[in-house]
Amino acid sequence: MSTKWETVIGLEVHVELATETKVWCSCKNEFGAEPNTNVCPVCLALPGSLPVLNARALEYTIKAGLALNCKIQRRSKFDRKNYFYADLPSGYQISQFDLPLCYDGYVDITLKDGTTRRIRIQRIHLETDAGKLVHAGDDVAAADFSLVDFNRAGVPLIEIVTEPDLRSAEEAGLFLEKLRSILKYSGVSDVKMEEGSMRCDVNVSVRPAGSTEFGVRSELKNVNSFSAAVRGIEYEQKRHIRILEEGGQVEQETRSWRDAQGISVLLRSKEDAEDYRYFPEPDLPPVEVTTEEIERIRATLPELPDALMQRLMTEYGLSAYDASVIVAEREYAQWFLQAVELAGADQAKAVANWQINELYRVMNEKELGPDQIPLTPEQLVGMLKLMEKGTITGKIAKTVFDKMVETGKDAETIVKDEGLTQVADEGELLAIAREVVAANPKVFEDWKSGKQSAAQWFVGQIMKRTRGRANPQLALKLVTQALEEQAQK
Amino acid sequence: MSGMTHILSAARLNRLFLAGELSAVEIAESALSRIAKVEPQVGAFLHVAAEHVLDRAKKLDARRRAGDNEFGPLAGVPIAVKDNICTCGMETTCASRMLKGYVSPYDATVVERLRASGAMIIGKTNMDEFAMGSSGEASAFQTTRNPWDLERVPGGSSSGSAAAVAAGEVPLALGTDTGGSIRQPAAFTGVVGLKPTYGYVSRYGVVSFASSLDQVGPLGHDVEDVARLFEVIAGPDRRDATNAGRTPPELKFGGDPSLAGVRLGVPRELFGQGIDSGVKARVEEAIRQLEDLGATVEECSLPSTEYALSAYYVIALAEASSNLARYDGVRYGFRAAQTGGLTEMYSKTRGEGFGAEVKRRIMLGTYVLSSGHYDAYYRKAQQVRTLVVRDFERAFERFDALVTPTTPFTAWRIGEKIDDPMAMYLGDICTIPVNLAGLPAISVPCGFVDGLPVGMQLIGKHFADAQLLQMAWAYQKVTKHHESRPVLTEEGGR
Repeated sequence: MSTKWETVIGLEVHVELATETKVWCSCKNEFGAEPNTNVCPVCLALPGSLPVLNARALEYTIKAGLALNCKIQRRSKFDRKNYFYADLPSGYQISQFDLPLCYDGYVDITLKDGTTRRIRIQRIHLETDAGKLVHAGDDVAAADFSLVDFNRAGVPLIEIVTEPDLRSAEEAGLFLEKLRSILKYSGVSDVKMEEGSMRCDVNVSVRPAGSTEFGVRSELKNVNSFSAAVRGIEYEQKRHIRILEEGGQVEQETRSWRDAQGISVLLRSKEDAEDYRYFPEPDLPPVEVTTEEIERIRATLPELPDALMQRLMTEYGLSAYDASVIVAEREYAQWFLQAVELAGADQAKAVANWQINELYRVMNEKELGPDQIPLTPEQLVGMLKLMEKGTITGKIAKTVFDKMVETGKDAETIVKDEGLTQVADEGELLAIAREVVAANPKVFEDWKSGKQSAAQWFVGQIMKRTRGRANPQLALKLVTQALEEQAQK
Repeated sequence: MSGMTHILSAARLNRLFLAGELSAVEIAESALSRIAKVEPQVGAFLHVAAEHVLDRAKKLDARRRAGDNEFGPLAGVPIAVKDNICTCGMETTCASRMLKGYVSPYDATVVERLRASGAMIIGKTNMDEFAMGSSGEASAFQTTRNPWDLERVPGGSSSGSAAAVAAGEVPLALGTDTGGSIRQPAAFTGVVGLKPTYGYVSRYGVVSFASSLDQVGPLGHDVEDVARLFEVIAGPDRRDATNAGRTPPELKFGGDPSLAGVRLGVPRELFGQGIDSGVKARVEEAIRQLEDLGATVEECSLPSTEYALSAYYVIALAEASSNLARYDGVRYGFRAAQTGGLTEMYSKTRGEGFGAEVKRRIMLGTYVLSSGHYDAYYRKAQQVRTLVVRDFERAFERFDALVTPTTPFTAWRIGEKIDDPMAMYLGDICTIPVNLAGLPAISVPCGFVDGLPVGMQLIGKHFADAQLLQMAWAYQKVTKHHESRPVLTEEGGR
């Protein structure tokens, strides 16, 4: 009989803050610059240089904390974490040890079955990013030499540590998505995994279901995407269970995730754990944060995804699903709100439908990111107005939509240029209706014998003849009229 | 006259330059010739920037001839800078093999301020490697000798700065003081040395030894000169987060010296056991002179002093072990040849690049921060530091300043204590508590024992550096110790 196992997961997520300048100096904080161009004596740790805290980095850390429901430490300080590595110019990382700026927060995630789970945030602290090593070879071991780029050295980084509250790879994935979304809404980071502005370490352990004690954990490093996190957790979970079921003991160790091979390999065991010799950073005075300061920062927080989702449902009557895919990205939500602002609240559902069904489809096809929305809210609302006025039909609207995306022109111009105006002239449509009825006696007979769908078929013919420009209700009415006339003949 | 500039004060040189009686070039040449003459015996400089200083002097002269009268208070004054203070265009080696040949791409704030004041930086002075030592013997390059007795040490770690002033090579020099490194060599070489309040002078560009204790300060022949240099270097600097952002008051010296109404305390813990009887006698005489000037003097107590030395070595070395981690051979400075991997490069580079004293201190500092030892050492030391601060606060409720010997004994023979680091560490007992509390203190010459200078230390309240200088000036005014100059053998023996 096999034991039922429960997986326990905690995450340590590193997020680069999107400040203009680095955390201890005024060098630019930018991704992708020529190597070693955004550097100065301070971020290169030249002899005699000293750090000075970038007030914006402090503000963003507190802002992230408030967005994640944390308490803010009124008197905080920085500490040195000492270790040698070629990408760390000072030989220590300025971090926070026992007084992190933010603590005791949480994030609520919604599982597939609709239930909500609260994942507690233990702490968020501000620290320094290191430089980047470029190995002249496939990896460190094979390289003859390595080059160092210090552009990233001194970029402000926050480390978000969860309590061991996650119970599955799926939950971890949902948490990371939610976290990314909240941080992006807050504007403190651009949270791009591919540019390394969000990275995570995963702690996994396994215990018999129902047990209250934690199992021995392994820490997984080099997890470079959300899907890698999910795969890594699943792998570790299986590895632990296998060891335990074979009667073995899991060792506390740090492992490296090799996503391409789908395996984790031992990095160091508990005995080899580094002693970082933390001590208070003597070059920086303690940080005092006042209530006024916290409230001022809180006031700069935008509406966050959870609250916004609620509002979209209650205020605009959107379904939970529709609301969730609109708030999933800050840019999507802003786009939606702007469109509704222009179109009026009664059009909210229409806006949502177009956004979700058409806009996302186009973006998917074109592989566009949320910061590359190919249509303005003004364009969509212009099109909706033409539909409302009856100038274009719903069918034509789809054509207009695609053309707007393609050309960037507004709906009115496209409709005018392409002659897509709806045909609502009764006389003209009736003439067409009579023609098609007369030309298709077999279908007419079907109708006569009671086949209701035959009328729809004639509407389709009218649409074909008018290239979709006919008003569909009007067309049905006139088709019915023409059919009845034909029957009386 | 130009051959005699080495006996003139900075104030005097500045006046003569402004009056056009001496050109900056004449002053610089005179200083250079004095250096050329005495350096072979004293060895105060690691680097003499002859070309640089003459070029600078020419520019000053050109400005003065062109009618510029916007000169700062050190215009035309040659100044030596300790080699742990960053200077563009000159090496900054900290007297370490690790930084041999290293030229900083930027000037320390104090150096910027020196240049703006019209001072002429003439070179970089020798020191104990990374400011770790009390004799100057821990330099990787040379041993500076005490101009009063060439067989003796000049003290440390600002050995070169003190010796250069004492030997008349420059009227003023910058040193740094982490546990006495300005005051102790000032006392050993018979010059005036000020350790300003922590936070008064920017540390930006000053190579860190122990960040929470380091402070830059002036050394000179008399209090006015020292005050003049202090006023130039002190003040706000946003590049140093530990800078207090305060500007010192304008200092004026003159009139009849008086200490009427000044209350002085003499901490018994720093004036008893372990103090050489000769030193004690000189300082007692000095205290009587302070009383004659109107001061009231009373004994007081700093009960935590007994633990201050231990706490200092824990804190200073912990910080140093971390501050010196950047010397790893990756980006600048020394890198050991032919190493296999990263770890080997680190250990060989640091093993070969640092001297024995520095390595000893890095190891001790690393040890006290290690997991399992932190509470017993580092945390305990910080608690002692708090007690030391409270001792001083309590004393300053009753007194305006405290008086102690700067050092328990006079300069020792070169090599005498080199194998006994504990004995050397104990010599800093009077100066170290001051750094722990971040207070200002000045060492002024107060006589001789067997031909060797003795220093008296005055300790002041936080940011009371100006008052301290006023007291020291009053004392100096009624004594002549600071006017005594060593006679170097080249000048005809003694």
